[in-house]
Amino acid sequence: MSAPLLNLEKVTIRFGGLTAVSELDLQIGANELVGIIGPNGAGKTTAFNLITGVYQPTAGKISFGEKFTAKLQPHQLARLGIARTFQNIRLFASMTAFDNVRTAARLHCPRGVRNALWRGRAFRDGEKEIADEVMTLLDIFQLGKFRDAPAKGLSYGDQRRLEIVRALATKPKLLLLDEPAAGMNASEKTELMRLIQFIKDKFRISVLLVEHDMQVVMGICERIAVLDYGVKIAEGTPAEVRANTKVIAAYLGEEKPK
Amino acid sequence: MHTGAKRFLLAAIFVAAVVSFFSAQFNRYYLGIAIDVGINVILAVSLNLINGHTGQFSLGHAGFMAVGGYTAASITLALSQKFPAAATPVLFVGALLAGGLTAALAGLAVGVPTLRLRGDYLAIVTLGFGEIIRVIFENMDCVGAASGLKGIPNYTNFFWAWSLAAVTVFVVTCLVNSTYGRGFIAVHDDEVAASAMGINPTKYKVTAFVVGAFFAGIAGGLYAHHKQFLSPTGFDFMKSIDIVVMVILGGMGRTTGVIIAAILLTLLPEFLRGFAEYRMIIYALLIIVLMIARPQGLFSFGKK
Amino acid sequence: MDWFLQQLINGLALGAIYALIALGYTMVYGVLRFINFAHCDVLMLGAFAAYFLAPAVAHVFAPESYLGAIVIVVLAAAICAVIGILIERLAYRPLRNRPKLTSLITAIGVSLFIEYACQLEAVFGAQTRPFPKLLPQHDFQFGGLSVSSNDVIVLVVTALLLAAMRFIVMQTKTGTAMRALSFNEEAAALMGINVNRIISFTFGLGSALAGVAGIFYAMRAPGIEPLMGVQPGLHAFVAAVVGGIGNLPGAALGGLVIGLLETFAGGIPGLSNYRDGIAFAILILILLFKPAGLLGKSTVEKV
Repeated sequence: MSAPLLNLEKVTIRFGGLTAVSELDLQIGANELVGIIGPNGAGKTTAFNLITGVYQPTAGKISFGEKFTAKLQPHQLARLGIARTFQNIRLFASMTAFDNVRTAARLHCPRGVRNALWRGRAFRDGEKEIADEVMTLLDIFQLGKFRDAPAKGLSYGDQRRLEIVRALATKPKLLLLDEPAAGMNASEKTELMRLIQFIKDKFRISVLLVEHDMQVVMGICERIAVLDYGVKIAEGTPAEVRANTKVIAAYLGEEKPK
Repeated sequence: MHTGAKRFLLAAIFVAAVVSFFSAQFNRYYLGIAIDVGINVILAVSLNLINGHTGQFSLGHAGFMAVGGYTAASITLALSQKFPAAATPVLFVGALLAGGLTAALAGLAVGVPTLRLRGDYLAIVTLGFGEIIRVIFENMDCVGAASGLKGIPNYTNFFWAWSLAAVTVFVVTCLVNSTYGRGFIAVHDDEVAASAMGINPTKYKVTAFVVGAFFAGIAGGLYAHHKQFLSPTGFDFMKSIDIVVMVILGGMGRTTGVIIAAILLTLLPEFLRGFAEYRMIIYALLIIVLMIARPQGLFSFGKK
Repeated sequence: MDWFLQQLINGLALGAIYALIALGYTMVYGVLRFINFAHCDVLMLGAFAAYFLAPAVAHVFAPESYLGAIVIVVLAAAICAVIGILIERLAYRPLRNRPKLTSLITAIGVSLFIEYACQLEAVFGAQTRPFPKLLPQHDFQFGGLSVSSNDVIVLVVTALLLAAMRFIVMQTKTGTAMRALSFNEEAAALMGINVNRIISFTFGLGSALAGVAGIFYAMRAPGIEPLMGVQPGLHAFVAAVVGGIGNLPGAALGGLVIGLLETFAGGIPGLSNYRDGIAFAILILILLFKPAGLLGKSTVEKV
């Protein structure tokens, strides 16, 4: 197997007396679709926060590409190519949909303060280029018509999609989706599954997904890791995980001996 | 839209020059008020970058104004005799710039330690910095300490006040209305999400402070050469509150609203001259009523 | 050594006054998560209340009598409590569900309103009035030390009030309700706590303390005037933040720390001119190293 894109080695984090994640080993290669599942409180979102630099691990190493991510801050990791969405939608409430995505597109825009002030040709061309990129992205996800709408006025499903589009604007190599199916009905979930598959194929990136919804996870993930109380208790293809007794015990409890 | 901004700036400067050229025709007193308006616009718009756009609630803006004012005044007082009359504008601009830069340094000194603080804490620490700056000037004998700095040459005129106001508006507006500038608003809206999108909140917050402080320093320099007298008590907590009220009235983050608010709040005391005693009371009631009835500011219509 | 002890005693007395004011700030912040900028004006109103009550009380009880003084202080505190409750009712309650910034700014407005309304000739006028002597003053001499009886009384009364506060907050139902509110307003309401009443109580209690502090402050000041509360209020607020805002022992500790450091700085020749800035310098230093204050607990934001 070629060098993994994301590599977690024995990653542990303790908050005071509580060990939220314990000795987690996880590897994600290029263009893979991986899911993390587990009961509530298993440490899934904590794992996300570790990967994106919101928390620093108490022990263990995380590397992205060839670089160790220790001490790197979230914005630096974004620059390296990790993007994410949030469990509770965190759009920029006072901006339009267009601006939300434009802000993220800033990442790869080399022009900064001076150009903003000078307003010369370079600035105008640069702004046009970014505007075009943003519109293209919005159109791909059928959000083009909302470009000037305030982000918080969109429907819940559209807001979730916008958050994903915003993350994609940073041109990531790895996209982390934190419970993207939360609050969706059956048809929306099917649409979401199609969308995630589409993103992985069209943009040729890896996607790491934290989800509760089994239909979504089992439906699209190539590989699934199962966490329980911060420990990885199983990993494998959807079929393997579904049949794993430890996983069943974690979710449903053990069968009492007859 | 983008070229429009530059043309607007040049037009504003041109108009300011023309009016200033004929200024001898105008009433001295009203001209003075017009200059006050220009200075307050600079103060309000610069604070708006920090408080409104970036969401860092700073209550010490008067401190930056003081730093700029004292620096500029010290320079002109020391050098005004050595410069020929024709070169006065050069001296003045140089002094103003020096004032702005020292104020920007002060902004850096305030912005960096306050990075981790939120909301109320930030407000009280910036207030503290403002007070510390005031106390320091109260004890600096070289600038007159508590009795103040007198005899500052009267270099500020309508042209300077208004063209620099136009420059301030231009810079802040252009800064914010760009892809780069969305970063300020992103930091204001949701710092965690902004970081995740590659925006360095620290850099933006510090930039806001430094740029805001720079222009406050310029305003301070203009103020010094207008009133011809500087005293530390004039830059206390109350002065910072005055500027904050302009930003709030204008709707934090809305540049046009803030400009209108600055103009109105400078003119208000003039209209209330008959009610001098009641001026502050009306002012205070205005704040209270506004916050209860229309917290988004009086002049916030539509887009930023 | 004598100098040190003298400054210590003066500093403790000043610190006690700051502690009383700081308690009010911190209680309101703990319960409502907002800084009541108008608190400093309540202390001014307490001093003025005592000023106007003193002649009347002097008719009933002898002037400069302990009993008279107690009556004045209690009445002034009660008046301040009512004022505090009124302010909350009229200016802050309508903004309960708005962003905290709005309330902060309204508080600034209320503070300015009280200050400038009181400066009107029809009300108190802007001039400084001498504060009447409420108590016979002795100066106790211990070797080189001079301790004023007023300072002793300030220390004793403050200690008693702090103990009373601790009792109320820790042992009574109302105090427990206050603490519940400070943790989670919604949950507290769901547990049957009358949120409005507890908030009013908190404001009343804090304002009463401020009133007492105002009288103590006036006893040491050259006189009283409508803007007298601004500086002590600001410094006491800094003390509350230094101790950990929202934390009652922290407010007391912060008050003492700031009072002591200010007094010592005031006694050192090179430093005395910067006395006013000392409180803020301490604030910035403490916040840099301990962002939640000396006794505060930092909260982690859930992502």
